[in-house]
Amino acid sequence: MSLQISDLNVGYGKIKVLQGIDVSSIKPGEFVGLIGPNASGKSTLFKSIAGVVRPHSGSITLKGVELTTSRRHFRSRQIAYMPQAFGCNAALSVFECVLLALKQTTGWRVRNDDLDRVSQILSALDLTALANRGLSQLSGGQAQMVAVAQTLVRQPSLVLLDEPTSALDLHHQLSILSSIRHFMQERKMIVMAALHDLNLAAQFCDRLILLREGRILADGIPNKVLGLEAIDQTYKVKTHLEQTSRNTLYVDARLSA
Amino acid sequence: MSASSDIPETLDIPDVQTLRSDYTRQIYRRYLTLAVVFCLMMISFFVDVTNGPGNFPLSVVFDTLLDKTAHGIKLEVIIWDYRLPIAVTALLVGAILALAGAQMQTVLNNPLAEPFTLGISSAASFGAALAIVVGWSIIPGVGPLLVTINAFVFALITCAFILVATRIKGVGPETMILFGIAIFFAFNAALAMMQYMASEDQLSRIVFWMMGSLSRASWEKIGIGSLLLCFALPYSFIRTWQLTALRMGDDTAISLGIDVSRLRIEMLIVISLLAATAVAFVGAVGFVGLVGPHIARLIVGEDQRFFIPLSALVGALVMSLTSIISKMITPGVIYPIGIITALIGVPVFVSLILSTRKERLS
Repeated sequence: MSLQISDLNVGYGKIKVLQGIDVSSIKPGEFVGLIGPNASGKSTLFKSIAGVVRPHSGSITLKGVELTTSRRHFRSRQIAYMPQAFGCNAALSVFECVLLALKQTTGWRVRNDDLDRVSQILSALDLTALANRGLSQLSGGQAQMVAVAQTLVRQPSLVLLDEPTSALDLHHQLSILSSIRHFMQERKMIVMAALHDLNLAAQFCDRLILLREGRILADGIPNKVLGLEAIDQTYKVKTHLEQTSRNTLYVDARLSA
Repeated sequence: MSASSDIPETLDIPDVQTLRSDYTRQIYRRYLTLAVVFCLMMISFFVDVTNGPGNFPLSVVFDTLLDKTAHGIKLEVIIWDYRLPIAVTALLVGAILALAGAQMQTVLNNPLAEPFTLGISSAASFGAALAIVVGWSIIPGVGPLLVTINAFVFALITCAFILVATRIKGVGPETMILFGIAIFFAFNAALAMMQYMASEDQLSRIVFWMMGSLSRASWEKIGIGSLLLCFALPYSFIRTWQLTALRMGDDTAISLGIDVSRLRIEMLIVISLLAATAVAFVGAVGFVGLVGPHIARLIVGEDQRFFIPLSALVGALVMSLTSIISKMITPGVIYPIGIITALIGVPVFVSLILSTRKERLS
């Protein structure tokens, strides 16, 4: 039932983006944060898993099925991927946009079950007030929350979220990640999210994978990964990891001299 | 909720049941819209048939429609061989051009795309000019259909070139539009060369062909166009969800299990056939392929289940209205349809866009 990646190599033409990526078993109900500076290969890793980019070599298995050679429909039913750039000017309402993610057949009719699922996810993410609004009328943050709703509504085995909080204010960063965590635990999904905010990563993730220049530098529980010297070297900052009185981790970061 | 929150507190928050019924109501409204536009199209069609030189009473026209020989051979020829083919061709070509435009805008993710953006009409015009000036056909032995066949084949060659270009790695929708613009300029230059070489009579024939005219209508052409539409519409209908998903961006569409490059190529083949046929039949009639989808988008949005048929219906309606107007400006004279679509359609279209600046989804 788990996700496993071994010796994955991905590139665009002659440019190697990911090299020898190995990720040991990620189990259902686990929230994995992908951290690392810009252009470290986080988005490419997601695209490889989602089938948007074809790897040069290596293996990605989900539920024991090799994804690099699996049928397109297996992957689309098991994996929901939210790209980093969710900018869409289509003349569709928020409700239609989320419903779209459930329609993978050629059927004309929309099932009542699907309508209920869309209504419920919009309600769960506090998006019902926006349901009839056009996508072009949304702010960047609202569009990002709709993209998360479009991803979660499919109830897949694996959810890939590429920077799901980059356009959100503090309140919505916390609320959306809480909702994702809630869904993940309730439906036993695997969630992988690329995050730039190390404090959010520390607060919500069960496991962190640190990427730099297409290679994995560290992989483990937040307490362990965030305390490594590799964090300072990767981000070129000076960090200090603290355990707060509420038993949460806090990363204090400053520019290194 | 904080002041900086994205969701204003003053909004009424609908419950789950309301959301579902809102959507269902919206769908019924869209079916109603399709029905209303269809009725308007049929009214326009009958006005087009009943209108024209001769000023025959309505009853006479309807009698002849129901029974060819009801009022003699003269009426039969005027209604069945002249007015009816023109009126049907207006509907057919309008629907074909608007359908091609709608699909092109979706596939290339560009609201300015239409059959003419990719240079298809320029290529067809060059093919027609080649036939008129040099009398050379790309397919030998086509006889009186020389101009039409040449226009069709050159339009198809252009489409094939664009299709081949799409197979080049890394060529996205934006590059395809740029290819189209390059083709447009290349064929326009070649066309100018043909016009320079042409005699006075040939030059006037080229110019008249490029203006677009419904007087080239015939029952044979109607048969071919109808067959094409009967194939293209259902073909698009079974891909409505995939086409709608394409508007979410390629990455999202791929993650939804859609073979994006295959879908794009399949749709481009359909678009090519539609555009090439329409241009070969009536000449270079612009604007309908742009305005049909835009009006449909303003009314029903981009759920392709409604966007595709409404685009075709609006295109047919616009072309039919243009046909009526082209006969009414000067009694006894039928103006080239391409001039009328631009002269009357553009101001209407601009005012429509300005009046709906605040986008509203029905």
